[in-house]
Amino acid sequence: MVKRAYDYALKDIPNLTKDRIDGTRISYFSDHFSRQLKAASMVQDYLGMNPKGSVRIEWGGATGGECFQAAYEAVASGRMDVCLAAGYETMSRVATWKGNEFIALASDTNYDFPLGGFYTGYYALMVVRHIYEYIRLRKFAHVRDEREAQRLAIAEGCRIMSLVSVKNHRNALHNPYAQYPKRLTVDDVLKSEMISYPLTREQICTMSDGAAVAFLCDETRAREFTDRPIEVTGVGCGTDTMRLADRPFGKVPLLPHETAADYASLPYPGVHSFRAGRSAGLEAYRMAGIDDPTTALDFIELHDAYASSEIQTYEDLGLCRYGEGYDYTESGAPFLKGIDYGFPTPKAGAMPVNPSGGLIACGHPVGATGLMQAVFAFWQLQGTVKEHFGDGTLQLKNPRRGAIHSHAGTGSAVTVSILERGF
Amino acid sequence: MPTLRRLTKFREVQAELDASGAALFRTPDGQDNLIVDSPYAIRYIHSYAEDTPFFLGLAEGKIRGSHCTGPTCGFVYATPRSHCMVCGSPTEWRELPLVGKIHSWTTCHFGSEAFLKETPYNLALVEFEGAGSLLMVRLKDCVESDIYVGMPVEARFEPTPKYTIRDVWFVPAKRGGRTAR
Repeated sequence: MVKRAYDYALKDIPNLTKDRIDGTRISYFSDHFSRQLKAASMVQDYLGMNPKGSVRIEWGGATGGECFQAAYEAVASGRMDVCLAAGYETMSRVATWKGNEFIALASDTNYDFPLGGFYTGYYALMVVRHIYEYIRLRKFAHVRDEREAQRLAIAEGCRIMSLVSVKNHRNALHNPYAQYPKRLTVDDVLKSEMISYPLTREQICTMSDGAAVAFLCDETRAREFTDRPIEVTGVGCGTDTMRLADRPFGKVPLLPHETAADYASLPYPGVHSFRAGRSAGLEAYRMAGIDDPTTALDFIELHDAYASSEIQTYEDLGLCRYGEGYDYTESGAPFLKGIDYGFPTPKAGAMPVNPSGGLIACGHPVGATGLMQAVFAFWQLQGTVKEHFGDGTLQLKNPRRGAIHSHAGTGSAVTVSILERGF
Repeated sequence: MPTLRRLTKFREVQAELDASGAALFRTPDGQDNLIVDSPYAIRYIHSYAEDTPFFLGLAEGKIRGSHCTGPTCGFVYATPRSHCMVCGSPTEWRELPLVGKIHSWTTCHFGSEAFLKETPYNLALVEFEGAGSLLMVRLKDCVESDIYVGMPVEARFEPTPKYTIRDVWFVPAKRGGRTAR
């Protein structure tokens, strides 16, 4: 699988031959899935990379994003001129619910896992609070019966989350690499099986098998290998407590286009937001010289393991203020222009999010996912989507700068990388 | 030579492994992969280490959080930590009230394989008066339509402790009722 991705990439860069590669960074998340320890060595071996330097990267769901940044660092530090980042996961070797168990072993095994060990449950806990903070306390502040108000708020939140699911599945109809392209209605999403209230099956990504590779190199070599190089202008990483229960209730770390007054009474991050995502964004934006991401970025490929976490991430990354994620979704800003989603998307094209279809529609083979986003962003910025997809529908018009965002369980680690057209 | 069944639907593979222990799976690009059964079981010798007093406390009907002993900090943890995440000072154990409020909740209709037979079950993050962090627990004696953020809840304890976090769970608080074991 990794060899196929590697061969495809090399075919795309005729000037890049194996002898020019100085070393590798290889990512996969869990040894449990294939019951093969040190499987990264087998990837290194199978690609014929020995005896070049290599190391395995693992950081939960953000494994692929970390691998991308590790390869970036190998080059930026001067240690390598050309570094291969390669990632994969084979999750089909166990039944779905056993796979969920393996993944849940990434939560605290003293306090969290024995309660029912289930990440969809943890994300449901997060979104129920997110909906409480931003829909119940705002849109339904006038409803006096507490249960009633919260039920109305959750129904409203779920309806809006479903728009995200429709978007990502719909975009993926034009991406031959997507594993779950579908034309869905909001009703289809809402009526799909309840997994952990209020998250339904179509709002959740799927375990998957997949591989992706990216080549990182210095500028001189990049220009030698291609006339359409893409530059990494910012990298950021943030972390948070392993246990949801330990998340603090403090102040929002502000982006340059926000003020403290925006969040005067918001306990942050609590369990409603991903502080790691905000920290990763802050670091990456600072490095790339971005003050306002809404104008500086042309698109984002972000980690939509859940439709809920896509909306929460809009806020973390400053596409809108905290609390505005649902309205931002409804505005249509994260949707693509020229695609009929079956409902109005007045601001479509303002900030396309997951034009590829994201994790929800492409699949989430963990160690590959962050690199898959890098590949989609790379093709998007090169303007080669049509060439690689055989369909140009998802190609944005003249994008100059995009972000990729990779996220580990309940936001315990997040990476953000900024990619820009270098030609 | 025995004939292996050739399958094209991945969901059929597990049933075939149960029946015969091996199968051929044809991938969408036409490759036949030989699939064999490969069971795996482990018994871990798990240590609670510095968290031990918390789990012993559950057996006595107590929920032990911890508080920071740092001179200017004093953070109170509902899920105990032996050192403060804010200032790094050691913490001391402190008993938490056996009543609290729901900070957030969900009902799991699926779960990890180990917990599938228990579905549906409720998870909740509980807030305690005076504590700066939360505790994740199972919430029982109520169904999806009963539960809301802010709902008062009280602790129940397993009479025959198993020494896991499941030795405590919460139920909706009875108005004016006492917190009973």
